[in-house]
Amino acid sequence: MTDLTTLTIAQAREGLRGKSFTAAELAEAYLAAIDAANDKLNAYIVETPEQARSMAKASDARLAKGEGGSLEGIPLGIKDLFATEGVHTQAASGILHGFKPRYESTVTQNLWDDGAVMLGKLNMDEFAMGSSNETSAYGPVVNPWRSTTSNADLVPGGSSGGSAAAVAAWLCAGATATDTGGSIRQPAAFTGTVGVKPTYGRCSRWGIVAFASSLDQAGPITRDVRDAAILLKSMASVDKKDTTSVDIPVPDYEAVLGSSVKGMKIGVPKEYRMDGMPDEIEALWQTGIAWMRDAGAEIVDISLPHTKYALPTYYIVAPAEASSNLARYDGVRYGKREPGEDMVALYENTRASGFGQEVQRRIMIGTYVLSAGYYDAYYKKAQRVRTLIKQDFEKVYADGIDAILTPATPSAAFGVNAMATASPIEMYLNDIFTVTVNMAGLPGMAGPSGLSPDGLPLGLQLIGRPFDEETLFKLGHVIEQQAGHFSPKRWW
Amino acid sequence: MWDARYQPATNPLVFLWPVTMSTRPNTGPPTVSVDSDTVRRIAHLARIRLDEDRIEPMREELNTILAFVEQLEEVNTDGVEPMTSVVATKMRLRPDAVTDGNIPHDVVANAPASEDDFFMVPKVVE
Repeated sequence: MTDLTTLTIAQAREGLRGKSFTAAELAEAYLAAIDAANDKLNAYIVETPEQARSMAKASDARLAKGEGGSLEGIPLGIKDLFATEGVHTQAASGILHGFKPRYESTVTQNLWDDGAVMLGKLNMDEFAMGSSNETSAYGPVVNPWRSTTSNADLVPGGSSGGSAAAVAAWLCAGATATDTGGSIRQPAAFTGTVGVKPTYGRCSRWGIVAFASSLDQAGPITRDVRDAAILLKSMASVDKKDTTSVDIPVPDYEAVLGSSVKGMKIGVPKEYRMDGMPDEIEALWQTGIAWMRDAGAEIVDISLPHTKYALPTYYIVAPAEASSNLARYDGVRYGKREPGEDMVALYENTRASGFGQEVQRRIMIGTYVLSAGYYDAYYKKAQRVRTLIKQDFEKVYADGIDAILTPATPSAAFGVNAMATASPIEMYLNDIFTVTVNMAGLPGMAGPSGLSPDGLPLGLQLIGRPFDEETLFKLGHVIEQQAGHFSPKRWW
Repeated sequence: MWDARYQPATNPLVFLWPVTMSTRPNTGPPTVSVDSDTVRRIAHLARIRLDEDRIEPMREELNTILAFVEQLEEVNTDGVEPMTSVVATKMRLRPDAVTDGNIPHDVVANAPASEDDFFMVPKVVE
């Protein structure tokens, strides 16, 4: 029998339905793979073998009766940001020490309702604040990819670094992830996986630990475009518990794979051509443009003039919302508590000890920009610029552009600790191509499209119209057909 | 329960004023500069204890970020509405009826200290 962990979700689904193997066997294969790899990769914070085995058993019972949902028996990893009932949920932060929610997030509940099996909780940047998975209270995740010229550990990107690394290293068939400024797409690009950030409102945010509520959105990381289509279909839903979830039918994304993209207008924004961008990124972009042309799409040069302001806007809006959302961690209702002589000391001691440095920095910035006298100069100004960023996209879509093609990241994966002495801004620049999409609430997909000269995966990004994820899946499938698949060489 | 609407609101008695800041001119070196007293005040507003040896590094980091976001000053936003919702949606309404509740054990289950379904905190009233 082939190694079951190398099967895609679509292949595993076929094998389970055809009774080539059982859900229990599939789950055991993954549990063994995690046991063998996790010391080196640190992708999982917590493994849940008991849940995995009992869910797989239930899946086998349903499959035996010819029943079962769209993900019946498929083993998934869950980012630690999603509330999972009775199971460790800490957003990779010390301040949620010991937290086991009494409720389940809507997205994960949707997955379990469709028959998926939980393998465990995946590492991430603390509260999803980071681009390298190095801010986790559980230590950095190591990218399963290594350069051809060095054995040095590389970061998997962030904040969904555990999700991306686990998918790339065959430690789960697919993973949930979240994206506030690029946290699905950047790690997908760094690990040769496919990541989809759907339109804001497509997935319920209920039960997902909040970072920046107007930007946060859940999505899948998978090994190919088809698997992303399958997972997103299950994750997405309107939800009474999240008033920002949108009541629009969720299409069958898988059904559009392979359809023609002939005549589609693909925008190429000139503002994404940054000074000092490595040649390999520019070359990758040109290759992607050529693939689009070969498939019959029309390439149109477009302008998104406020692109350069997206990142500074983000670093006002996101910390401001984070400072409000993270006010709830007070040492009283859940998680860690550090004693103090009075209430204020208890709060201050708890938060100083429970939050990591990057989280503290962002809370401080957010508190500052929201404080008396500064609200208009910073937050309101940023929200005005955000309107302009969104209007940039609305204009090009009104002109008939179907989707936009850009690089996903300005570089390939970098070394663990390589940014240790860099200023915060240098780390933030990782999200320069992805953050506009969150500012405008649009859907975005990152997929592997080539390798750097030293053998590391590079990704292209597709940006779509609101709620038109189907076009991204069509185009992403075209790129995948041309680019092929990319897998790391096992060293762990 | 008293805790249900608890918000660790910023203390209205603590003002962040005055802080050295001028928003003009738009060019030249960073015009915003946070001093160490401001860092202490923000840390207190944010309810994060900041030891003395962390003040200066934090001050530098905040100034780096503020200098970075300052480029927004050059964008003309006259007459531009601030974004309030990224996707145009109509707020859904539902009957004003209890849909959840009577789960005090669940509510306090993760509390570091609780007794009889109450959260326990240090004495706040003398």
